[in-house]
Amino acid sequence: MNWQAFWLSIRLAGTTTAALLVIGLPAAYWLVFSRWRWKFLAEAVVALPIVLPPTVLGFYALVALGARSPLGRWWQGLTGHTMAFSFEGLVIASILYSLPFAVQPFAASFAAVDSRLLAASATLGASRLRTFLRVVLPMSVPGVLSGIVLSFAHTMGEFGVVLMVGGNIPGETRTVSIDIYDKVQAFDYAGANQTALVLLGICFASLVLIYGLSPRRWTTKWF
Amino acid sequence: MDDQMVLKGQIGQLHPSPEAKPPDSKPSRITGSHTENSEAGEILGLRILKRHTSEDESFQLDVSFTARAGITILFGPSGAGKTTLLDCIAGLTAPDSGRIHAGSRTLFDEQRRINIPVPERGVGYVFQNLALFPHLSSEKNVQFGLSRLSATERRERTDAVLESFRISHLRNRRPSEISGGERQRVALARALVTDPCVLLLDEPLAGLDTRTKSRIIDDLREWNEAHCVPVLYVTHSRDEVFAMGERVLVLENGKLIAQGTPHEVMSAPRLETVAQLAGFENIFDAVIVQVHEDRGTMTCRIAGSTVEIETPLVRAEAGSQLRIGIRAGDILLASIHPQGLSARNVIPAKILSLAQRDVLVVCHVDCGIDMEVHLTLAARDALHLQPGKEVWVVIKTHSFYLMAVS
Repeated sequence: MNWQAFWLSIRLAGTTTAALLVIGLPAAYWLVFSRWRWKFLAEAVVALPIVLPPTVLGFYALVALGARSPLGRWWQGLTGHTMAFSFEGLVIASILYSLPFAVQPFAASFAAVDSRLLAASATLGASRLRTFLRVVLPMSVPGVLSGIVLSFAHTMGEFGVVLMVGGNIPGETRTVSIDIYDKVQAFDYAGANQTALVLLGICFASLVLIYGLSPRRWTTKWF
Repeated sequence: MDDQMVLKGQIGQLHPSPEAKPPDSKPSRITGSHTENSEAGEILGLRILKRHTSEDESFQLDVSFTARAGITILFGPSGAGKTTLLDCIAGLTAPDSGRIHAGSRTLFDEQRRINIPVPERGVGYVFQNLALFPHLSSEKNVQFGLSRLSATERRERTDAVLESFRISHLRNRRPSEISGGERQRVALARALVTDPCVLLLDEPLAGLDTRTKSRIIDDLREWNEAHCVPVLYVTHSRDEVFAMGERVLVLENGKLIAQGTPHEVMSAPRLETVAQLAGFENIFDAVIVQVHEDRGTMTCRIAGSTVEIETPLVRAEAGSQLRIGIRAGDILLASIHPQGLSARNVIPAKILSLAQRDVLVVCHVDCGIDMEVHLTLAARDALHLQPGKEVWVVIKTHSFYLMAVS
């Protein structure tokens, strides 16, 4: 078992999830409450990673983070190494790739709050920020948790983007999924199976956690 | 606005004569002259126009009234615009034009481009679905609007209002853990504890049993006597109109069609909508045949028939049209021609149908026109009533309610 790869994956998923919480909550707030008429464009952009092949996203991320792009040059000037093939680059690519898995559950749970509760809060003197913090957010706890768990699990299992952006540097960019791929390439099926099984367990446990938290998902009855 | 009942869109020709007025009608306590409107802080005044257009309907709310401290009932069928009106006052939706003021404060003025944001209006609003915060305890719900106060003051105010609405024992329970009546009390307490300058109640007691309802009404009344703010109370229920109201505004299709004391508006309706709301089963068009100034009555002929009836006098001329309402429970049936009665209308008729509805018998008779009569089971059996039987319909002059034809 390659614990180094596991630890790296968990670090990557944790950092990405924390960043998505910081970026995703305001993004979801804006998506739900904005009255901008072209808002649907932003919704489409956020949802893009769901349908886009990871290689496409990975390719553009690699170009954007590479030494030839302004962003890549700026980062290189700052730190002395390129963002591509580094842990930082992986985090940025993962944030992009997992964005819908955080923003969509956040936005869905914000939008599910009865608008009369927002009205009630306003008539009781609460500002929009206070209404968001005291009413919308507490009532969206299951949705926010499911966004957190989904983006963590999704980043844990990411392969295509990591391969494109990060390559395969032990301790820096070799995550569990890359490690499994490596083992298969080397005909180490037993080792691959061991690692894959652990990853399967983690993903399954995450989903059990989410569905357990929102028991009314997909429930209706016949008459 | 005068102290009499005010009718908007009225046909002019029908003005109630003093004789036709219900004997115990008192001038409204709320309706005041314009000079009294200068009293600060306790008057709600508005004149607004709001259009609402969707694919299949267009609706226009066009109202103007003032309400002084005390309970003003807003009565009308669903879709009349009652909730839209409250939403305009609370600031949840903006009128297209007009002005809303509470005391000396202008909440909305389209011409001066004033539109005070909802949180700064200080308008208390109890929503139809109550809109209690499901994730907060009753106490936290009540405290929600007091965030600007110090902790001690917040606790004192909360304790006082929980006490006066008898919900102290529920303070740690969430809305899902208490009964419907208790939830309504929490919602009222949450709105009242903020000391609003205007209180809007959108059917706050719907679905409660009469006993619970009247207790809450008493508590609300007591609170209001101490605080003296204008309260707009939306209801569908006739009983609530009489139990709560010092003044009633009747809203139909976006317009105020009548206002006055509950007794004035509900017992002597001069518009058909009010009559139907007030429970008149029989409504007929009629023409005035003869006016008897000396007797305080008129003879009217019911349209499409030869039936002539004697009604109370109103200020109108022979030949003018009017509409007449009669409650089914105010009509008597006699199996033989009655003698020595004070009732002035005795009309021969034939029973068309009899149907039992709970302990009530709903009877339709043909006396030249189809009329609905409500009887007791005992009356039906004592008179051996059955379809086809010849009877006499007996109606007192003052059981006829006269309305303008719109």
